[in-house]
Amino acid sequence: MSSEAKPAESYVEKPKTLAELRAGIATGRTKAIDLAASYYERIEKKNPRLNAYLCLTKERALVQAARVDDAAAKGDPLGVLAGIPVGIKDVLVMKGAPATAGSKILQGYRPPYDATAVAKLEAAGAVLLGKLNCDEFAMGSSTENSAYGPVRNPVDTERVPGGSSGGSAAAVAANLAVATLGSDTGGSIRQPASFCGVVGVLPTYGRVSRYGLIAYASSLDRVGPFASNVRDAATLLSVIAGHDPHDATSSPAPVRDYAAESDKPAEGLRIGVPREYFAEGLDPEVRAAIEKGIAALEAAGCAVKPVSLPNTRYAIPVYYLIATAEASANLARFDGVRYGPRSKDSATLADMYRHSREEGFGAEVKRRILLGTYALSAGYYDAYYLKAQQVRRLLAEEYLRAFAEVDAIVTPTAPTAAFKLGEKTGDPLAMYLADIYTVTASLAGICGVTVPCGATKAGLPVGMQVLAAHLNEGTAFRVARAVERAGNRE
Amino acid sequence: MGIAMTARVTVEEVERVAELAHLELKPEETPAMLRDLNAILDYVAQLNELDTKGVTPLAQVSELRDGAGVCVLRADVVQPSLDRAAVMQQAPETDGVFFKVPKVIER
Repeated sequence: MSSEAKPAESYVEKPKTLAELRAGIATGRTKAIDLAASYYERIEKKNPRLNAYLCLTKERALVQAARVDDAAAKGDPLGVLAGIPVGIKDVLVMKGAPATAGSKILQGYRPPYDATAVAKLEAAGAVLLGKLNCDEFAMGSSTENSAYGPVRNPVDTERVPGGSSGGSAAAVAANLAVATLGSDTGGSIRQPASFCGVVGVLPTYGRVSRYGLIAYASSLDRVGPFASNVRDAATLLSVIAGHDPHDATSSPAPVRDYAAESDKPAEGLRIGVPREYFAEGLDPEVRAAIEKGIAALEAAGCAVKPVSLPNTRYAIPVYYLIATAEASANLARFDGVRYGPRSKDSATLADMYRHSREEGFGAEVKRRILLGTYALSAGYYDAYYLKAQQVRRLLAEEYLRAFAEVDAIVTPTAPTAAFKLGEKTGDPLAMYLADIYTVTASLAGICGVTVPCGATKAGLPVGMQVLAAHLNEGTAFRVARAVERAGNRE
Repeated sequence: MGIAMTARVTVEEVERVAELAHLELKPEETPAMLRDLNAILDYVAQLNELDTKGVTPLAQVSELRDGAGVCVLRADVVQPSLDRAAVMQQAPETDGVFFKVPKVIER
């Protein structure tokens, strides 16, 4: 990061690497229980300002840490994440822990089961510290839509961390967790990773089970990891990926050792640069940082060539029609019957539904439910929803054609660095445009990694988005590693 | 293609859609919601520029030739699901067996 004009207040702290921490735990030099305690201490100190954690799951974490220490003392085999402190976005359920999805409508709800990704992390030895703040039902690009207050960006606390997984990105950036899980529907992992200067992974649609993920838009929702470096993020993906009988859309394709794949040099890979992602609206400092990253890839032996994705400009309209249509159906279940608060004193069932939803949902969620219901309603279905699905196919095919010519595509993750709190809250459409470079990959189901790639003059992080074809996470990680290595050399 | 994107929603339409979605808008919320919806619909209307005649809609990426998904149907076998008592514990109102709700039929 540039040394000039550093923001006055910074909470940034880089966690140790997985390899380093795990070696300490395996040899007994570090006790998992002490490591967890040190994280809780830091959370207690820094979270009041950052608001990244909504709740802590101390009891469960300490039981797990003790289990890891026991196993290490006995010389029993340890999981790849043994003793590693990890945080979970509060759209993934943990048995018995409050699950809010950033909404008042789930206040007090304690789910009776674990999300598959959560269970897999714990089975690999991870110590789950708590639940992380996010935009309500993952709807937002700044984490300002949380009913529990916004998250602040550790790099500059007057700025947003991005969203919707703002708590997950901020927690890694401030070392309030070694790694975290987030969810990405239109950019909700990649964009906050870019804003906070950490690594965020969008796995291929179906690569990670969605069981236990509170649904926003089911044909787009993905669960993915955040970490402070590419290799650690790749390690986490190998742990949480795989087929799950509880999610019919989860892919049966074998899970690769993504960390090992990320170790391969990027030399010889063909990298596509879509000119449509460098057009009007891209901040010149972000552009300069990304162009420098592309030059580093060239220096690492990649063949860089232009590719064309001419329909890119239609991605935001398509995304906001499809995502809101699916959301309007998914969020119908929040009605005060089975979980969450129920509005008092309603004479009829219909009144009870309406009042509970009126009291429970925030403005952005209502806006998206209304838009989605409108797009699906009689008379408008063909014009909006069906049209959007047709253009979705065009966008997906455009990517597939490009991937016949290149191994990976690199772009900026977001058109700007982190913006100020309150800057866009009054204008929903301006907020939607923050997702302009991320939604197309969401619609196409392809995978990607956001990796730190320089900074603006003010010291705000810039993230490069590395995209690869379906199930080609290994390639995306290889390219991201090359960008990371170039950054570390500076 | 029937009705094109009109991008002009009226107060009545917002109210009708809210009713369909079991949402209630406070009177003071309606003007802002109307303004935002129209701005968004104006923006999405640019999809009209694209000719999509003959393009098959894509609902799930597993339908793509190169997509990750192979839609596998599971065997139709009865499996245990969540424990009823644990689920009911989370309900706002229950008799332990069923969810209780206000009366459905208005007199």
